Amino acid sequence: MTVEPPASAYDMGHRVEVESLATFAILVDNEPGVLHRVVGLFASRGYNIESLTVAETDETAHTSRITIVTRGTPKVLTQIQAQLEKMVSTRHVVNVTVDPNGVQRELALVKVRGVGGDRVEALRIADIFRARVIDTTTQSFIFEITGAPSKIDKFTDLMRPLGLVEVSRTGVLSIERGEETL
Amino acid sequence: MTIQPALEAQKETAAEIMTGAEMVVRALVDQGVTDLFGYPGGAVLPIYDALFHEPRLNHILVRHEQGATHAAEGYARSTGRPGVVLVTSGPGATNAVTGITDALMDSIPLVVITGQVPTHLIGTDAFQECDTVGITRPCTKHNYLVKDVADLPHVLHEAFKIATTGRPGPVVVDIPKDVQFATGLYVGPGAARASHNYRPRLDGDPAKIAEAAALIAGARRPILYTGGGVINAGPKASQLLREFAALTRAPVTSTLMGLGAFPASDPAWLGMVGMHGAYEANHAMHDCDVLVSIGARFDDRVTGRLDAFSPGSKRIHIDIDPSSIGKVVRTDIGIVGDAGHVLAELIASWKRQRLAPNAPALATWWAQIDKWRARRGFAYRNSQTLIKPQHAIERLYALTRGRDVYITTEVGQHQMWAAQFFHFDEPNRWMTSGGLGTMGYGLPAAVGVQVAHPRSLVIDIAGDASVQMTMQELSTAIQFDLPIKIFILNNQWMGMVRQWQELLHGQRYSHSYSDSLPDFVKLAEAYGALGLRAEHPSELDAKIVQMIDSPRPVLFDCRVESAENCFPMIPSGKAHNEMILGEEAVDIGAVIDEAGKKLV
Repeated sequence: MTVEPPASAYDMGHRVEVESLATFAILVDNEPGVLHRVVGLFASRGYNIESLTVAETDETAHTSRITIVTRGTPKVLTQIQAQLEKMVSTRHVVNVTVDPNGVQRELALVKVRGVGGDRVEALRIADIFRARVIDTTTQSFIFEITGAPSKIDKFTDLMRPLGLVEVSRTGVLSIERGEETL
Repeated sequence: MTIQPALEAQKETAAEIMTGAEMVVRALVDQGVTDLFGYPGGAVLPIYDALFHEPRLNHILVRHEQGATHAAEGYARSTGRPGVVLVTSGPGATNAVTGITDALMDSIPLVVITGQVPTHLIGTDAFQECDTVGITRPCTKHNYLVKDVADLPHVLHEAFKIATTGRPGPVVVDIPKDVQFATGLYVGPGAARASHNYRPRLDGDPAKIAEAAALIAGARRPILYTGGGVINAGPKASQLLREFAALTRAPVTSTLMGLGAFPASDPAWLGMVGMHGAYEANHAMHDCDVLVSIGARFDDRVTGRLDAFSPGSKRIHIDIDPSSIGKVVRTDIGIVGDAGHVLAELIASWKRQRLAPNAPALATWWAQIDKWRARRGFAYRNSQTLIKPQHAIERLYALTRGRDVYITTEVGQHQMWAAQFFHFDEPNRWMTSGGLGTMGYGLPAAVGVQVAHPRSLVIDIAGDASVQMTMQELSTAIQFDLPIKIFILNNQWMGMVRQWQELLHGQRYSHSYSDSLPDFVKLAEAYGALGLRAEHPSELDAKIVQMIDSPRPVLFDCRVESAENCFPMIPSGKAHNEMILGEEAVDIGAVIDEAGKKLV
């Protein structure tokens, strides 16, 4: 679809355009301050960060992999990729959302408090979602669940009426199917 | 014959044991640096000590670190070589931030070396400590904190590479004092390892270039819109631009930053585009059918109202920075590459495809342009009793013909009048703060330009408000025998602020009057410069000639009409073809709607 350009450069942020989620996998030089560069870029240009994960992934090459889930119009997403690629510390940027071979996973720890029938129901649902119980008391469970973010959203939605009290999520990780690498 | 290359090779790969401070000085020499701008302090004393023993480096002592950065910008912009700054930690670094940001916005290559407290004190709120790399991260192209002397030579050489290649910009190298004292192995630029995967793309995509050439040849109303990127690509790019304009017979306009890349004396020159640009340039941008942007970034001062920007055009955008393409306006053909490389490839493709411009269509197009020119958008009403600022610049231009002139400016009305009435036929002659709009840029920039061109005539066209922001650098000019000319269009107002308050805020002149101005002539004398004043049109020429002929720095207090506004003008929130001429500007406030008033 075509989106009308804004009336002025200053109005660009105020228009309602079709936004979508996107996940960027960014390979960067593992050096002090590199995460600040990426986060600072998002903050200073007004981009959203929905989730962010980072860790060194190749010790010999001194590279870290940052995975950022963001939201924006197609134009903003293109701009985010270009701005990320412009950073001197960046090696490679891929928008894995548009990659049909992209796999996305997230891990969550979910604490559910309850007794009686709710407890049984929580265990039953956890089984369906292949969530593992990693801690239990007579009053609570902690589930560990891995999957696409939408699966985790669904799981927490179902747990909410059964006594969900706390959620900790890692943020999204991504990788490409097949033998190709970033 | 054989000694020189051997020496060069030795310089490239030299490996010697020395201190970090000595490495800094040696790396500057090996990078071909001859001049640097700085201010000493506790955390850079070892480097200043090494500098004491290095006769090949000419250090210009400024009076404030902001002055050092602007001087380095003027130096860089007028030579095409990187500007080098050396300042201390804490306030030295924070004072430099304005100039560093200015250089980032205008793509000026700077290498800024800052001292830092010793590594074991970092993070303890030590005396004159600040998080320099944290503060400068968003305002540099790249920055480094060097914690190990073994990394220092590699970082320094990479800093020069990053600052000067691709889209140029400022690079900060923060060096703790203990690293300056530490001993390590120095290597020359040829042996330095690059720690980043930094490879800017210079050549355009051949398929897109062929497509772009064909699109331009098929145009009925083409226009070339050029920017600072052409100047940054070197003098060759400016030559190629002339060649390409001649081939295509397209009119040429430019951003503020691009003035001089195309000769103002060429009939194809339309003048500057944008808010205070030429009437004919803005109308041609609006009505064109193929818009070729070369090294320009569609700044909001250029585009005006975006949904009415050049509505019928196909757009080709050539830029070395991929993030510039499609950032503000829709682009049909985006070509990533160096302006010079892409222009050469476009010319080659044009010839290879045996393309020719559409002569009948262009005749019509040029006839239309001549009609716009006939409106004389820069016309103003001259006066017999008061010096009009436009007239002052016209006389300055006329009386400096035949001289080797470099112009710097501050920011405001005088800057726009300078862009409108001073004309440039060559690149690297015009130094102004475009993106950041930094009042106080021009005087120190003139210092830097004069250092690079000691025998040239360097004039800072200034305003009475701007010039006071970095006035103290006049002392630098005196100390180093830099005969810069500071030509103040003194209207006793922050003129552009006053103009906007008149037009948009009901003539409520809130805090824009330059009260308690110094006597600029006496001030000049206090510094040891020549002070001149012109108050009447009849004395203007003689005083300008006196300024030009003086071998000393001159502070020229040109008293001009205080209520004069800068026209023509695209009112806020309006399109290029809604430009208002001076004679029509009776009640411009009524023309700008509520949405427009909220814009800057």
